[in-house]
Amino acid sequence: MTRRRTVAVGIALGVSSSFLLVAPFLFKPYGIFILSTWAVMTVAAIGLNLTLGYAGQVSLAQAAFVGIGAYITAFLTTNGWSFWPICALAGVACFVIGWGLGYPALRLQHHYLAFVTLAFNTLVYLVFRNEEWLTGGIYGISNVPRPSLAGWSMNGAHAFYYFCLAVLALVASAIWWLIRSPWGRAFVALRENPIRAQSLGVDTRRYTLMAFALGAGLGGIAGALYAPLVQFIDPTPFALGLSLNLLLMVVVGGSGYFFGPFLGAIIAVLLPEWLRFAQGYYLMGYAVLVILLMVFCPTGLLGLADRLLTSTAKAAPVAAPEVS
Amino acid sequence: MLTDILQLFVAGLATGGIYALAAIGFTLLWQTSQTINFAQGEFVMLPAFFVLIGMGFFGLPFWAAALIGVAVSIVTLGLMFKKLMVDPMLNHGVLPLVIATIGLAILMKEAVREFYGADAWPFPPLVAATNVTVFGAALAVQSLAVLGISVAAVTILQLFLNKTRTGRCMQATAQNPTVARLLGVPVERMILYTFLINAALVALASLLITPIYLAKFTNGELLGLYAFIAAIIGGFNQVRGAIVGGLVLGVIDNFTAVYISTQYRLVIPLLFLIVVILFRPQGLLGRVEERTV
Repeated sequence: MTRRRTVAVGIALGVSSSFLLVAPFLFKPYGIFILSTWAVMTVAAIGLNLTLGYAGQVSLAQAAFVGIGAYITAFLTTNGWSFWPICALAGVACFVIGWGLGYPALRLQHHYLAFVTLAFNTLVYLVFRNEEWLTGGIYGISNVPRPSLAGWSMNGAHAFYYFCLAVLALVASAIWWLIRSPWGRAFVALRENPIRAQSLGVDTRRYTLMAFALGAGLGGIAGALYAPLVQFIDPTPFALGLSLNLLLMVVVGGSGYFFGPFLGAIIAVLLPEWLRFAQGYYLMGYAVLVILLMVFCPTGLLGLADRLLTSTAKAAPVAAPEVS
Repeated sequence: MLTDILQLFVAGLATGGIYALAAIGFTLLWQTSQTINFAQGEFVMLPAFFVLIGMGFFGLPFWAAALIGVAVSIVTLGLMFKKLMVDPMLNHGVLPLVIATIGLAILMKEAVREFYGADAWPFPPLVAATNVTVFGAALAVQSLAVLGISVAAVTILQLFLNKTRTGRCMQATAQNPTVARLLGVPVERMILYTFLINAALVALASLLITPIYLAKFTNGELLGLYAFIAAIIGGFNQVRGAIVGGLVLGVIDNFTAVYISTQYRLVIPLLFLIVVILFRPQGLLGRVEERTV
């Protein structure tokens, strides 16, 4: 990492985290709600980044995992369970389901995980919509309570926003640690060159599966946050569209970059709200941005920034790409 | 009872024929240029709107608008798709192109909604909506016509691929581009032909299916999924496979809707897809692809 790059990352990080901390005092409740949604979607996108950016597999089921986490949380909290064990349960359940789904699909390389997850997402959506006894069908589950921490209720928009932010910070630190551990190194190795990684003794299938299942687990945790955030759960948000949207978030931000999902979620969650007047034109512009990025810079916006920073810093040695 | 089954079977074959048209194009693109086109469903949705624009804004009769619609589709969805999107990305590998086609699908959908409207528009059928009675079963003439046209299109395509020099060059390109190039096959041009053929097939599918489903900007979502499933269960690397996959899927789909559950209509095809991927990943008719290091 060049010094220039470190400085740039440091400044961006400082500015954005201080913005996030004071943000609730600048916005109306709806603005805070959108920022909380951003935090939740970033957690889901961080999970997908693990699958896509670090293990190089396309998953189109992240929305299904968010949905499963959300429904587990909504169903159990409205039946009187306390939030904390449920949050863990949502993460673990999605991890296990992800493992079970990825295990057979990853026997076959190529793009079969994409197809299997595509089918899985649609199936899960149909179950949410049709099994009324469990999920409430199209009427959904309403009045999902918000959790409290050591007697401190998080019913208010401010409190819950800080809670989402804290979970995001926790997840981000865990992943930061993970990708620097031997596991993370193995993830990167199998993305960069799976055959070489295998010949160096990395069990590629197991690590790919682990990355996918961990990504699914984070999807579940995002779902566990989403349910109390919106306090009403119905099947529509968890259709294939959200999976595609999360995938685009990761890619636009910069897949394989630690901060890629953060930036991607800003573009996919925050910008549309601020550019509401543009309506359908915003989505068209977004689609064009995705296509242009893929043509000119498949590593996303952070990849583009990286490229600009390294090309202007002539004296600096070539930066090791895509580690952070 | 038996007549019901016959009716359902013919209707299933008819929709299956349309799925097959979309699925064949899908596999052709994969074979020759490793393009997984996530916008294939939107490719089927769009040509109908070209025709509607031709009829509405320029006041053309249906047949002229249909011809121009197909021509416009071949230029935009074939030539421009290849030159502007696929070619610049050839060196980036499969993944960026997958993402870009997802972006393209969103762009096409939103553009239609923004510039044409979110309603379902009626679309003129190719033949009158009457029934003929065969063995006591009332069969829709429309289904029979759709089936006949798709079978004819597929037969012509198969003859072209197997009997003509260009067709055989295209197959050589699909099987081994390096050797094909060494043997003097103009590989680039052959790849372009597959994109043009794909565009023609989706335009035809659009003309056949839109009278049934009406023209709506969201049509592509389900159609893309079906084309996808048909291509995979038949065999991702086989034109024959896509035909069989499409027909099987159409029949299963119709029988599920009537005899099992309309709510879970999609479930059987999806489960079928997962089972095929798990136990016969090369597809029902496919051959195992050898991977090179």
